[in-house]
Amino acid sequence: MKVTLFATCLVDMFHSNVGKATVELLEKLGCEIEFPQGQICCGQPAYNSGYVKDAKQAMKHMITVFEQAEYIVTPSGSCATMFKEYPHILKDEPDWQHRAQLVANKTYELTQFIVQVLKREDLGATLNGKATVHTSCHMTRLLGAKSEPFTLLNNVQGLEVIPLDKSQDCCGFGGTFSVKMGQISEQMVDEKVSHIEDSKADFLIGADCGCLMNIKGRIDRKKSPVTVLHIAEVLNSQ
Amino acid sequence: MSIKIGEGPFHQRVEKGLNNPFMRGAVSSAQERFQQRKASAIEELGNWEEWRSLGEEIRQHTIEHLDFYLNQLSENIIKRGGHVFFAATAEEANHYIRDVVQSKNGKKVVKSKSMVTEEISLNACLEEAGCEVIETDLGEYILQVDDHDPPSHIVTPALHKNKEQIRDVFKAKLGYTKSEMPEELALHARELLRKEFLSADIGITGCNFAVAESGSISLVTNEGNARLVTALPKTQITVMGMERIVPTFEELDILVSLLTRSAVGQKLTSYVTALTGPRTEGEVDGPEEFHLVIVDNGRSSILGTDFQSVLQCIRCAACINVCPVYRHVGGHSYGSIYPGPIGAVLTPLLEGYEDHKELPYASTLCAACSEACPVKIPLHDLLHKHRQVIVEREGKAPVSEKLIMKAFGFGISSPALYQMGSKFAPMAMKPFVGENQSISKGPGPLKSWTDSREFPAPDQERFRDWMKSRAKGGRIDENRYRS
Ligand code: SF4
Repeated sequence: MKVTLFATCLVDMFHSNVGKATVELLEKLGCEIEFPQGQICCGQPAYNSGYVKDAKQAMKHMITVFEQAEYIVTPSGSCATMFKEYPHILKDEPDWQHRAQLVANKTYELTQFIVQVLKREDLGATLNGKATVHTSCHMTRLLGAKSEPFTLLNNVQGLEVIPLDKSQDCCGFGGTFSVKMGQISEQMVDEKVSHIEDSKADFLIGADCGCLMNIKGRIDRKKSPVTVLHIAEVLNSQ
Repeated sequence: MSIKIGEGPFHQRVEKGLNNPFMRGAVSSAQERFQQRKASAIEELGNWEEWRSLGEEIRQHTIEHLDFYLNQLSENIIKRGGHVFFAATAEEANHYIRDVVQSKNGKKVVKSKSMVTEEISLNACLEEAGCEVIETDLGEYILQVDDHDPPSHIVTPALHKNKEQIRDVFKAKLGYTKSEMPEELALHARELLRKEFLSADIGITGCNFAVAESGSISLVTNEGNARLVTALPKTQITVMGMERIVPTFEELDILVSLLTRSAVGQKLTSYVTALTGPRTEGEVDGPEEFHLVIVDNGRSSILGTDFQSVLQCIRCAACINVCPVYRHVGGHSYGSIYPGPIGAVLTPLLEGYEDHKELPYASTLCAACSEACPVKIPLHDLLHKHRQVIVEREGKAPVSEKLIMKAFGFGISSPALYQMGSKFAPMAMKPFVGENQSISKGPGPLKSWTDSREFPAPDQERFRDWMKSRAKGGRIDENRYRS
């Protein structure tokens, strides 16, 4: 199966490990990975901040880059959601809307793709310890990928997945919110990290680099002993 | 006249909120209570998503045919001997009400809870005209007694106060001598309020929903005060926002079911009252005279815009009760009598962006509000829409944000610029990177992040470059994963 990888800008620049794990994992599962070098950011930071015109430029570029793909897979719930939003955002330009719809239809967040398309649940991964999961807002509320990460993590050898109090609460990232409303964002991530610490988990696992960067940033600042991992890294561990 | 509350710019108000541990404790425990109660109420009801769709449909239909239903409503009220006044502005509404009160030689006015009268600052207008105005909803009463402390929540306006603080207010202002037990506090207020009900000339209520087919207005309360407000004084004035209307009792039933569960997690509140016009011959209670004041005050200009769905709102506060930003900053930080997600959407629509331009940004767009809304208002989309208007139409984008957009070139730039920016990022950031491969003191807009968090250093090799060299048969480095 041919998979076109949309790495996301955060993975490209800050979290290449997550990209590498995604590639290796999908290859192990029998996929052939294609990586269009023309890809940039999905436009979400600009879009969410209200710079819709500018975002549309980036979006149209991304549509051209990805429209030939068979499956588009991305290790980010939030960026997958953004691709799904493209047709709606471009609704005033029927041609583009149509092309955007085709792109949206074949876009999957990584865990969704593995469970829904590859129909795999036990990937033979091993990680010893207790983990709790950050269920990102866009991934669960907007994309609707709620159960897939748990389905996959419950099959990881040696890993005990434990509940997280107030797991539905946002971590306070929100893209530019994290700097524009730094004081509020700090309180939100602090509350999230307290719940993570209270869970006594060794690992905090998530499927969105934005949220993870935020949570890890706070964990590192507090010198908390929790290790933050992207789900691709966990599923690729042996 | 304004829905604006509090002093100082947004960030100052937020700072004040964040540094108020009493308020934050009270708000977060209230949110938790509301959320739990709502969850069990909707579970018991079953098929919640279908109920929401039905609620949305009813509200959309009504708003789309608002002129028809308002017409039907006012015809029916007039038929029953009531008076109807359409007020285009807050001022018009206030002047009409003041004139009615004065024509009755009214000196004392008792009120049941009403956000729209807060919106138009009715109390101030009546007090200026020499009337005594008494709020009879316990929460509103507490705030009024506490030197007009503004409301911080649309259903439980004194949510920001804990019971000890309320005890202290009662001691200072009402000669109260007992404990902070809610029962004792409520009893004291009740005794005082009873006298006011009996001696009032005019009763003023809000309106949860007006029923067009019968000309009725319905009131949903837990304290029963609205019944006394409407049963004892000779003149009743009801003030409603022009969108608070349903076609028939059938839709009322559905919306009240959604409202009470979403607002307070109850199947029904203790009192759901439907009142139809003044007392007629043969009836034993009810007012001799009834006035309905229908307030526009900016609502009709929302019709037909991208923001029309906000008029579906039934003021249940479910969105406020789940909002993590609200939890930390509290209602007063929003600087509007309408706080939380609904307030952040509605306030700039009613009053313009000038004083409220930060509100649409006081959200991570996490969509918890949209998910909670019983009539499916896409609140996070509307917050986003505001941002677009601020950036593209109003030209009021905050400078710091423009800077971030430029600095990172994320998305808004050309592919070539992205390529270049991301390639040189490691070099540009190098001076700020510490030993642990992260940035503890960021430059420019990053500072706000690094005030409380580490920021990762850009990878030396971008992922795309790794992919390139891998395609050329480059190396795979093995020991990356901890297990
Ligand atoms: S926006 Fe929705 S959730 Fe918020 S108060 Fe209105 S009806 Fe309730």
